[in-house]
Amino acid sequence: MGVALTRAAQWTTAGFGTGKLEITPLNESILQEIIAFVENFSSKHPKESSLVFKEPLQWTTTLEPSRFGSGYEVSKLSVTSVETDKDGRPLLRLSASNIEVLSFSQLSTILRVAQDKKLREVQACLEANRDPVAKILGASYATVDGEDYSVLRLLEKVKQDDDANHDAEFEMKVFLLIQQLDMQLMNNSLKQISQEVRLSPATVKNEVELLESFCGEEQEAVLKSVEYTSDYEFSNGCRAPPWRQVHGEICYLKIKPHDTDTLYVTCSTAGVFLNGGVDEEKEKTDYERKSEVYKDLVNLLKQRSSHFAQNIVKQDFAVYKEPLSARQQVDPVDAEEEGQTQRSGDHQTKRAHEKTLQPTSQKMTSSKKKLEPSLKWKTLGLPAQSEQSDLKEQSENGKRRKTGKDDTETEKTDKKLPSPKSKKRANFPPSPLHAKHSGQISKISGVWTEEFSESSSESEEDEDQLDRRQESSTDLPSEYWQIQKLVKYLKGGNQTATVIALCSMRDFNLAQETCQLAIRDVGGLEVLINLLDTDEIKCKIGSLKILKEISRNSQIRRAIAGFGGLQMMVNILDSPEKKLKCLAAETIANVAKFRRARRTVRKHGGIKRLVGLLDCVPSDSANLTPEQEKDIEVARCGALALWSCSKSTRNKEAIRKAGGIPLLARLLKSPHENMLIPVVGTLQECASEQSYRTAIQSEKMIEDLVKNLSRDNQELQMHCASAIFKCAEEKETRELVRQFDGLKPLVTLLSMSENKQLLAAATGAIWKCSISLENVAKFQEYKAIDLLVGLLTDQPEEVLVNVVGALGECAQEQSNRAIIRKCGGIQPLVSLLTGTNQALLINVTKAVGACAIDPENMTIIDRMDGLRLLWSLFKNPNPDVQASAAWAICPCIENSKDAGEVVRSFVGGLELIVNLLKSDNKEVLASVCAAIAKIAKDEENLAVITDHGVVAMLAKLTKTTDDKLRRYLAEAIGNCCMWGSNRMSFGETGAVAPLVHYLKSSDTMVHQATSVALFQLSKDANNCITMHENGAVKLLLSLVGSTDEVLQEAAAGCVANIRRLALANEKARYG
Amino acid sequence: MSLPDLQKLVKLGKNFSRKEVKCLMRLFHDLVGEQHERRAVSSLDRGKFMNILHNTFRMTDDMMMGRVFCAFDKDNDGYICLEEWIGGLSVFLRGSLDEKIEFCFNVYDWNGDGSISWGEMFQMLKSSLVKQPTEEDPDEGIKDLVDITLKKMDHDHDGMLSFADFEKSVREEHLLLEAFGSCLPDPKAIIAFEGQTFLNASEI
Repeated sequence: MGVALTRAAQWTTAGFGTGKLEITPLNESILQEIIAFVENFSSKHPKESSLVFKEPLQWTTTLEPSRFGSGYEVSKLSVTSVETDKDGRPLLRLSASNIEVLSFSQLSTILRVAQDKKLREVQACLEANRDPVAKILGASYATVDGEDYSVLRLLEKVKQDDDANHDAEFEMKVFLLIQQLDMQLMNNSLKQISQEVRLSPATVKNEVELLESFCGEEQEAVLKSVEYTSDYEFSNGCRAPPWRQVHGEICYLKIKPHDTDTLYVTCSTAGVFLNGGVDEEKEKTDYERKSEVYKDLVNLLKQRSSHFAQNIVKQDFAVYKEPLSARQQVDPVDAEEEGQTQRSGDHQTKRAHEKTLQPTSQKMTSSKKKLEPSLKWKTLGLPAQSEQSDLKEQSENGKRRKTGKDDTETEKTDKKLPSPKSKKRANFPPSPLHAKHSGQISKISGVWTEEFSESSSESEEDEDQLDRRQESSTDLPSEYWQIQKLVKYLKGGNQTATVIALCSMRDFNLAQETCQLAIRDVGGLEVLINLLDTDEIKCKIGSLKILKEISRNSQIRRAIAGFGGLQMMVNILDSPEKKLKCLAAETIANVAKFRRARRTVRKHGGIKRLVGLLDCVPSDSANLTPEQEKDIEVARCGALALWSCSKSTRNKEAIRKAGGIPLLARLLKSPHENMLIPVVGTLQECASEQSYRTAIQSEKMIEDLVKNLSRDNQELQMHCASAIFKCAEEKETRELVRQFDGLKPLVTLLSMSENKQLLAAATGAIWKCSISLENVAKFQEYKAIDLLVGLLTDQPEEVLVNVVGALGECAQEQSNRAIIRKCGGIQPLVSLLTGTNQALLINVTKAVGACAIDPENMTIIDRMDGLRLLWSLFKNPNPDVQASAAWAICPCIENSKDAGEVVRSFVGGLELIVNLLKSDNKEVLASVCAAIAKIAKDEENLAVITDHGVVAMLAKLTKTTDDKLRRYLAEAIGNCCMWGSNRMSFGETGAVAPLVHYLKSSDTMVHQATSVALFQLSKDANNCITMHENGAVKLLLSLVGSTDEVLQEAAAGCVANIRRLALANEKARYG
Repeated sequence: MSLPDLQKLVKLGKNFSRKEVKCLMRLFHDLVGEQHERRAVSSLDRGKFMNILHNTFRMTDDMMMGRVFCAFDKDNDGYICLEEWIGGLSVFLRGSLDEKIEFCFNVYDWNGDGSISWGEMFQMLKSSLVKQPTEEDPDEGIKDLVDITLKKMDHDHDGMLSFADFEKSVREEHLLLEAFGSCLPDPKAIIAFEGQTFLNASEI
């Protein structure tokens, strides 16, 4: 017993004197055995039990004197046993909680009396009597380490007083019994101890090193620092001073966690525990144990520091997700660690697990680049998690039902949460194949659904854009896990937790794609959207604030629309809460950037509601109440959403039908730029429709648009200019712009050479406005042409198209042609003919054509080989370009001195132009006819084109009813008659009769060209007959009275020819 | 009731009109079950007040209702007297943001020591998450939530929320006003209550 008590029992104080027995499983079992031993002692060994102890066992008891019954003299505070020893000392004496016992029989009585306090009593007894054997049998039996001669000594004693003293025999027996117990106790505790963890200096060292590597000031680190209190290491690996090493202590640590005070820790072979700390001044360590014993540092720290526990858990978590392959890349330290923990026994697996995890998790944070989570993980890991959340939902359902109204929100969420099936779909990152499929599907539906007649101006997001998931090759950033955790709280939290999680999520950089996609990939979007369907305003606001931010990402937009988010947001527009309306509208503005979304908004009545938001008091009025200011903000957000929606033609119509135009007109008077931008943006988008252009005019919006051109906000200026650009297709609008002095600010904008979008819009507006000649005069006055010419170089095509268009319009004015030349505009214009942009070519050819009317310009064009460049555009597939080039060629040929020769020099050039007469495009035909009319003036060229069959082709066209074509066709026919038998050929191909009918046209220009042609044709007798047969004479006679001299002359000449033939005929017949 | 007393009450309920204050007074006396206005010493006990919070303002969380009671009960005597009733409702129904911040802070500051400690937050958020059967420590999530909240709101990093911390956070993000539990009535309940109580304000 003595040995077991000193060796095995765990005493709190390592020092001597009275200590305390801790309540540990080991001690408890020792005590239980001692109790059993003592209790049964008197019944098993009745004689021995009456042996009187050499010295009484004394201790402080908690037993009440009243508990003792017969055989005792019980007074209020004391008890004495009736039994006494030889000297008359009572065998048991209790006074004032101090008890003295002299025999085993008394001890067993005490235990019987103590009942449930047995353990406590035995513990107190042993604590007070550290070596009970010495007291029972005398000091000579005191427990000593090493060889024990006590048995021999006892034997001798028995021999000595063989006959006289029986006591010695009893002593002997008691001693043997106690020895037996001791043995038993030792054996038992050995069993227990063998199961215990024994720390060695090496394990402790490893663990400390490990923790050190996790330390740091940053929040992610588990601890601030870990350090030994002593730098000196003994050869056995211990750092504790030798007189402490005897107590199994290995070293002392000073650990600074992030969230609590510094911890002073003792590492001993039995485990780690907190000690009293170091007194810095006295350099003294208080070795006293202050906490429970933990099996290792990690466990101790987990209990003491929640920050540590949390971060360690996080890292564990991260590592559980790790693919096996990554786990195997353990570095040498890990290997050592693993080996070591394996040595320490199987029952330790849990700890071993933790240990091996930490190094890997550390690697996770420090050298993530190396790890490549495989796709396998993705498919295995996430469904498991979704199952988990399903489980959670179930339990949530069960729990929530009980509590009241507060939970309706969550219940609703539960209901709304996608079914496991859809959830899985959401959580599985689709394989590229999947993504492709969905892309195709949307493409097909795009074809099916009609309605997507979009305005040409918009740049549509690519509908087929492949869904970019965070594929296996990318690393998962730490935000990913944090967001995943927050989403977990969103799912499983009540309103309060939800709001906290939402607010916390907003602290992430939501503009960053990794965060946006992380929210989607952990299934956060569904939850956020489901929150919109609850009654909780705060949850809705929080959710929308996040959706608003992340919907800037096109993939997120699609996902939101896919989960039915738009419907929810449209419904929220009816909410009385203004803040909510704003957020919903702003989010719609972001999401409705692709056409399926725009259609969804319309189909769910969103346009009508959004238009409804625009209705607020005029915001320029002074003294607004806070409510009115909120209304204005709502209107602004509504306008933002409409702006996005207005990119679809159907939506434009819907806005108009919902009465949006007058409301927009009212908001256009706002003084605030942030309001004006979406309003003007919507208007300029809608101005692609005729109905809007008329409405903008009639609602007197031009004035406001013009006014805002002069504001100091480039975006606003851009949208205003763009709106004018589109509206100025209407003549009245052009007039209005001039009347409201809008031309000057437009010209001013030409100096904004940095902002290309603004420049494009401004030049566009100038272009369209310059269609009116009065405006051209104004532009001349504002020296716009110089500026425009300056913009002919180094500009993007959007700008160039408009600049050249404007110059083309301006060059219709005689004086401007000279100005363009003087500014050096001809050369850049001609060099632009080599471009490929169709719109630009159309405008350039027009401008060059207009400039070519001025002979001085023409010399420059000639010098730059402009005619050939124009001619080569006949090969352009775009009919508009062909026509425009042909028109431009006309003045060139007319004003060029040796045009005929130049034209002939183009190999295959004449054949090319003649073949264009086969075109279906009226404009091309008209322009080519005009060009042929000019070409035919050169005889040699006429001969060439005749060879190419120009006559038959022209004759074929004569059936046309288009006046413009008729005019140039007639001109061409007239000019082509000059060669050989062409007059006859025209007659033979039946071109004459239709020409006669041209005279019935209402267009005088047609009359002129036709009569010239008829005059030429009438030089052939057969033609005269045909003309006569078709009643030409009467028509021509009426034209003779025209004021147009050319017409007069040609008509008269023609009539004369017919008359002459008739006279000759009569002469022949009758003469 | 004497005129100066009424003046005092009108001053207390600064967000109410004089007539509305009278309506609230009448309601108070009705609730107390005291018909004689002159014996105005009577007050609402905790149970009655909690009933009103539950039935009229549709609050459900017992703990929060208890805290709201304490916030109303300025003198800590366990009863809501007329002055406390008028003054409290003034903030509760129509308080400005500043007033509400102060009110909510008082609700959340259990021991009234001028700061919301980790423990207080833990206590208030305890039932905010559904316990995960799979998790080792069921309070893990709550602890984490408290830490998240501290990270967001504890601007001076002293491990607890002072009034300044709380105020700053709420000004940055109004949603955090009721960060630790719903302690203000929702707008619908306010409209319903005011509609009912002030219905015949003009008659008085």
